[in-house]
Amino acid sequence: MCDQTFLAIVFGPCDRCSREKPLRPVYIKSEQLSYCSICVEMMATEGLHENETLASLKNEAESLKGKLEEERAKLHDVELHQVAERVEALGQFVMKTRRTLKGHGNKVLCMDWCKDKRRIVSSSQDGKVIVWDSFTTNKEHAVTMPCTWVMACAYAPSGCAIACGGLDNKCSVYPLTFDKNENMAAKKKSVAMHTNYLSACSFTNSDMQILTASGDGTCALWDVESGQLLQSFHGHGADVLCLDLAPSETGNTFVSGGCDKKAMVWDMRSGQCIQSFETHDSDINSVRYYPSGDAFASGSDDATCRLYDLRADREVAIYSKESIIFGASSVDFSLSGRLLFAGYNDYTINVWDVLKGSRVSILFGHENRVSTLRVSPDGTAFCSGSWDHTLRIWA
Amino acid sequence: MPAINIEDLSEKDKLKMEVEQLRKEVKLERQPVSKCSEEIKNYIEERSGEDPLVKGVPEEKNPFKEKGGCIIA
Repeated sequence: MCDQTFLAIVFGPCDRCSREKPLRPVYIKSEQLSYCSICVEMMATEGLHENETLASLKNEAESLKGKLEEERAKLHDVELHQVAERVEALGQFVMKTRRTLKGHGNKVLCMDWCKDKRRIVSSSQDGKVIVWDSFTTNKEHAVTMPCTWVMACAYAPSGCAIACGGLDNKCSVYPLTFDKNENMAAKKKSVAMHTNYLSACSFTNSDMQILTASGDGTCALWDVESGQLLQSFHGHGADVLCLDLAPSETGNTFVSGGCDKKAMVWDMRSGQCIQSFETHDSDINSVRYYPSGDAFASGSDDATCRLYDLRADREVAIYSKESIIFGASSVDFSLSGRLLFAGYNDYTINVWDVLKGSRVSILFGHENRVSTLRVSPDGTAFCSGSWDHTLRIWA
Repeated sequence: MPAINIEDLSEKDKLKMEVEQLRKEVKLERQPVSKCSEEIKNYIEERSGEDPLVKGVPEEKNPFKEKGGCIIA
């Protein structure tokens, strides 16, 4: 048995509107008052006082979070897996490693697929960024970055360039050329400049703009040609570790996850945070939109993956098992969204049934942490990268 | 360069940001989970028949099938 603290509900006249209602304690200029829930919200929207103390801000944050929870709970009428009870269970899965890409000299930190469904770019702790043909396992391009820990890399939608960055605090774009005489590094263009490490980057739906996430707690949108900052996104209370753009049909939003345990959904044009979710118990290492754009999944150091529905504005599923105690480093959905693939720090990949919440398969093969995982654009395979220096293609 | 570095912000500034954000979020319009879950379920059911990783791909059509075993002596 554990100790439980109960909140005693006080019923009485509100200090502001005098109506008889359940009351909450509220602190204004260090004085404790009792407000009903409507007045709490009214007071919260009246604007902060000049000499606001840290304590009163904390209290306001707490009472707003409580209100938010209440509002979300009102619509929590069923669990996703209950709705999915009659859905046919998935059969046995036989997924194996079809290709192993060897060539990196150190931990593979990030990878991305090209839209042609066969090329892959990957980056590593030793500063190398390699472009592979996954069908043949040939290396088509390789460039050495001036820094170690290249934590982010991305393929341009046209397939003609790649972007990467890490401890250099920048995101650089390299045009890909098949001319043997050209030195890839010579054409490098520095696009993004942050004040701390680059943790993630992604082209938007053209080669012209890049979205970045950084250890400096911000995300930013840049124009590739001029290097100009188009929009910056503030709201995370700590390092931002990951981001994902909404599928193009859904409009101009993206989701980010950070060390503050929050996942935040942003409007790319205004720079405003639209929604935020704080249910994980530790850093969120990976976020990925559900194929329809109405939900997203997250993977965290708390060893769970979770599904958040954007219209219900809450977490609707949690993918976890008592036996899984290591953090999930990266997640991605299969084409239809039925499966969620997650790479973990215990060297395994777990395959989850998104609807039923159960694990359908566990894949072994890597000899160290799985650090990155992406499903191919046509959904025929997925690629995982690991601290064991290799990438594996599974199908 | 983005305007801020989170390490430079004081506790109070971070809290202010958080409180302003929470105020906006409390006012959002939400839909019941039952409706949203139905939609997710329908979306998946419509498409999972065509999902290569769910239904499997016959070896001949799989671009990643095992490469032929040729040994060069």
